[in-house]
Amino acid sequence: MRSDKILYGLYDDEDLLLSAVERIRREGIPIDEVYSPFPVHGLDKALGLQETRLGITAFIYGLLGLGFAIWMTWYMMIYDWPQDIGGKPSFTWGENMPAFVPILFELTVFCSAHLMAVTFLVRNAMYPGARAANPHPATTDDKFVMEISVRAADEPQVVALFKETGALAIHLKNPES
Amino acid sequence: MSSHYESPYREPLVLGDKTYQQISADIVKPIAGPATRSWWIAFGISMALFLWGSVCILYTIGIGIGVWGLNKTIGWAWDITNFVWWVGIGHAGTLISAVLLLFRQKWRLSINRSAEAMTIFAVMQAALFPIIHMGRPWLAYWVFPIPNNFGSLWVNFNSPLLWDVFAISTYFSVSLVFWYMGLIPDFAMIRDKVTRPALRKIYAVLSFGWAGRAKHWQRFEELSLVLAGLATPLVFSVHTIVSFDFSTSVVKGWHSTVFPPYFVAGAIFSGFAMVQTLLSVVRKVLRLEDYITRLHIDYMNRVILLTGGIVAVAYITEFFIAWYSGSPFEDYIYLSWGAATGPYWWAFWSLILCNIAIPQLLWIRSIRRNFVWTFAISIVINIGMWFERFTIIVVDLSKDYLPASWSMFSPTFVDIGVFLGTIGLFFVLFLLYSKNFPVIAQAELKTILKSSGDHYKKPSGTDAQR
Repeated sequence: MRSDKILYGLYDDEDLLLSAVERIRREGIPIDEVYSPFPVHGLDKALGLQETRLGITAFIYGLLGLGFAIWMTWYMMIYDWPQDIGGKPSFTWGENMPAFVPILFELTVFCSAHLMAVTFLVRNAMYPGARAANPHPATTDDKFVMEISVRAADEPQVVALFKETGALAIHLKNPES
Repeated sequence: MSSHYESPYREPLVLGDKTYQQISADIVKPIAGPATRSWWIAFGISMALFLWGSVCILYTIGIGIGVWGLNKTIGWAWDITNFVWWVGIGHAGTLISAVLLLFRQKWRLSINRSAEAMTIFAVMQAALFPIIHMGRPWLAYWVFPIPNNFGSLWVNFNSPLLWDVFAISTYFSVSLVFWYMGLIPDFAMIRDKVTRPALRKIYAVLSFGWAGRAKHWQRFEELSLVLAGLATPLVFSVHTIVSFDFSTSVVKGWHSTVFPPYFVAGAIFSGFAMVQTLLSVVRKVLRLEDYITRLHIDYMNRVILLTGGIVAVAYITEFFIAWYSGSPFEDYIYLSWGAATGPYWWAFWSLILCNIAIPQLLWIRSIRRNFVWTFAISIVINIGMWFERFTIIVVDLSKDYLPASWSMFSPTFVDIGVFLGTIGLFFVLFLLYSKNFPVIAQAELKTILKSSGDHYKKPSGTDAQR
């Protein structure tokens, strides 16, 4: 949808915000973004956001780490340079596996945690020095801002809805300005 | 709102007339203002200790570890004692932030940030000891599985010492990531609150451009949950693997299957004691009395009581088994009649007094909820847990299977200096943290304000009758 203007509604209470989000979405107006100082319980459902797949990626990364650890212990201890250390069997990986369990576990956790955190940063486009995009500095403190881009014709309706749902302040921004 | 309901019988977790804005203001205040006199004094003392420790470390590296009090019989002493002590201290941070998150314990929110900082700084101190004990620390990279110049001789994956390398480095880096990800929204709050341009710029970089978008919060919560799920088995694995360093050996007293659970309980016991020590000071200096309340120290003291109880049972088990085995060699392990009456009787009895006897005072509710008593007992436990590791390592080694090689250990000034130096560095880092970092996870704390804040819990009008 081509939009002319961006409207911001500022709320000072998460319960108010939540009911406002539900109300505005019921009116069929799509909400572009909500900025909040803390995670508001139920907001993602109210906004109709899809469930995040970050947990699934963590599982896959964990499997990668486990696979890497299996390969590494096999290659170094069994294949490349097998040694008899303390009488522990070095003929097959399976026989020696119990001694490798700590390594397998640690590398699983290592890969899962770190790669998941990296995925989180990449998906959110976050990096050291990235520009903060919150429209109002108080959105990290105690205010909640809803962002809706509208065509000029719809503007009065959205403003009225903001007022009706208890917005503290309403700001208007032209995208090109 | 019904979603914010919490039983009025539950004590509030946030005292005073707090609003969201006030929470932010309370966290920003020490960061935006200049450091206090007491901060500078504490920083100066810690820095002096750290510098003295650095001198001792350089002396050790320059001359060799012969400058320590080690001898042929006792090849591990203060260094490994300190290593195990510091790693153990680290455990409470992860336990508070990860395990209590999985159990949905809201009281963690006021203390998890500082506890995790403590974890990271403690693990840094711990890692120092094995590295300098190598004697040639510039070759420390040999512990990593990389091909070397002598043919492809790899590291030994059967060795618990190598498991330790993987466990400690995974633990350190995962804790660091967990901590930092939690800090990002709070750095963003500081970025938007402070007025000095230089500070604003620093926190802008640190906050990675966090804006608090709904989707980002959703991912943030998923990340926290999964990292907590990963960190929970990790924290148990770390001290288990540390205990393997001992229990897979054939030294009497060390070769014991009770070690892993016993070490983990001991680690949590000592870690919570250190959290109590630090937070008693932090809440006063940074005026966080409304956030770190009697309820918080009460809960932590209960964890201390539980883990202390597990440790006590382990001691009794060790003592009984040493006697029951009938082996003359077993009569001089760290928990035995021989140890209690032998030349290391003082270490043995310090352990019993500090770790078993005195913590029992915490059964008394008024002591458990008293800040001065809690502080005093936490110091006692810190000392007691150091002695536990000392007796396990030194007493067990001092009388081995060959009476001709029996020996005693006495530390040199270098041993003592390095230990004091790590305490100094730990406090230098912690003081820098408490001055410049948001010491409370304020974003997450705000989510419980309406349910657990004193102001919101007060019965008003019709609510009072229900």
